[in-house]
Amino acid sequence: MNRKNFGIALIALALLVLPLVLTQVGTAWVRIANLAILFVFLSLGLNIVVGMAGLLDLGYVAFYAVGAYTWALLASPHFDLHLPFWAILPLGALLACVAGAVLGAPTLRLRGDYLAIVTLGFGEIVRIFMNNLSAPFNVTNGPKGITRIDGFAVGGLDFRATDRFLGIDFSGPAKYYYVLLLLLLFVIVVNLRLQDSRIGRAWVAIREDEVAAKAAGINTRNVKLLAFAMGASFGGIAGGMFAAMQGFVSPESFVLQESVMILAMVVLGGMGNVWGVIAGALLLSFVPEFLRYTVEPAQQALFGRLLVEPEVLRMLVFGAALVLTMRFRPAGLWPESRHKREMREVRE
Amino acid sequence: MSVLLEAKGIGKRFGGVQALKDVSLTIREKEIYGLIGPNGAGKTTFFNVLTGLYAKDGGEVHFAGAPLELGSPHRVAAAGIARTFQNIRLFGNMTARENVMVGRHLRTSAGVFGAILRTRAQRTEEAAIRRSASELLRYVGIAHRADDLARHLSYGDQRRLEIARALATEPKLLALDEPAAGMNATETAALRELIAGLRADGLTVLLIEHDVKLVMGLCDRVAVLDHGEKIAEDVPAAVRADPKVIEAYLGTSAH
Repeated sequence: MNRKNFGIALIALALLVLPLVLTQVGTAWVRIANLAILFVFLSLGLNIVVGMAGLLDLGYVAFYAVGAYTWALLASPHFDLHLPFWAILPLGALLACVAGAVLGAPTLRLRGDYLAIVTLGFGEIVRIFMNNLSAPFNVTNGPKGITRIDGFAVGGLDFRATDRFLGIDFSGPAKYYYVLLLLLLFVIVVNLRLQDSRIGRAWVAIREDEVAAKAAGINTRNVKLLAFAMGASFGGIAGGMFAAMQGFVSPESFVLQESVMILAMVVLGGMGNVWGVIAGALLLSFVPEFLRYTVEPAQQALFGRLLVEPEVLRMLVFGAALVLTMRFRPAGLWPESRHKREMREVRE
Repeated sequence: MSVLLEAKGIGKRFGGVQALKDVSLTIREKEIYGLIGPNGAGKTTFFNVLTGLYAKDGGEVHFAGAPLELGSPHRVAAAGIARTFQNIRLFGNMTARENVMVGRHLRTSAGVFGAILRTRAQRTEEAAIRRSASELLRYVGIAHRADDLARHLSYGDQRRLEIARALATEPKLLALDEPAAGMNATETAALRELIAGLRADGLTVLLIEHDVKLVMGLCDRVAVLDHGEKIAEDVPAAVRADPKVIEAYLGTSAH
């Protein structure tokens, strides 16, 4: 076994035992890990649109919402439908794809700031729709959201209960973790393969110079729509898994701040580089949670009382970390090699 | 020689400025056709209309025996007209090879699913794209820079790369917008050799150029634009002697 394979095996092993270790610390941490993986999905999806094709999208959370509501409506007592995951998850991805194309179509001629404004509006429209689609026909149950959503289930295996395999207890979140890990593997492979393909090159070409891309024979309309649709489909899958895991969705989960957070993950990690984006998503998912659990005890130990609300301090530290990263590593923590060279030159 | 491109009555107006007025010209197969004229004569505007970047206000174009639908650049490219830009427009943060590979987009077909599944057809096509990109880089003489970023290439090499990317679309007509602009004498000589070679290999070339010496030495026929109108179209020697052309370039002589 050479060194590279050994490294991969080691990482795989670490990922496999991670939920068991986290369970010892607290099941909450397994849930946090699961949400982190969902954010990796979302970031990788947005990376196609923003990182590769260079289309600034501030309404990405809308596709997350589409996926989540697809699952919620088709697998809950709300309409008394209980479809299996293999039907809903692809359908959620497909509907998100369609939503992506719907957003993409009117924005084809827009770039940069203008595109950002339109996509921001789109994200809000979707959320407000979910909020108000309770009358005259109650589709989304409005701000109350949809409750008692079916969990992920394969055959008789319910992913919410604890099961015992090989003498080890696997909690519900731990089992979800493995499903998410499998899906994540798929999403990463898709991303890497797209990056190095005819379509991926066309996306980057549009990012680099749209006029030249057109002149070189790229149908920029179709290729941009494809970027929107592909990016959105990852959001749809993440949304479906989110609904299944939480058992509850409401419009409140799909606010603008989520879109901004996902964009921050992509930019912080390194636009266009799959590994950088993954790193960014994991970092921005875990650090705030880590701070949530450490800020209060740290203050108690230092000052003997709570000086600043943990929530406030958490965002303060988080914001400062973002500012510092952008100041000292403007291309992201782990930039795409192309961007890295570009940024290095700027600094020289 | 048969006609490759026939433009009839092309017009283009920007607000109150009539940039092109009823321009008609005919390009024959396998010729190098020069389009010259003083600054602001409408050469680049004509180019942009012809390659679909600007919508035309009037006229029509027949290309390779069929009417050419202007208005979408990628369709013009698909019909067989490839172009370069006056101010070089490369994909700066892609390597030279990747730039040419993008040019192959038009003549290849692998889609998202092919890429995700890495089907046999997709892998074969990808290898072919790579191979032909390397060949084209060798053809224009910058094979040794294949893995360098386009933006790191020297000015002359960037011009060559742009030509290689245009050639990757398998054009019948290659339209070059002031390819010698900003080049020194050595680079211009090398460029001239490259263009002559392209024609020898069966390509038709439309050349917009300021460098009159290059145009006169290289082109089979030359058209002259002035204030958006064609004032001459003939072999270089005749154009050079045309009083209207001399007037356009040097102004009216004092009587």
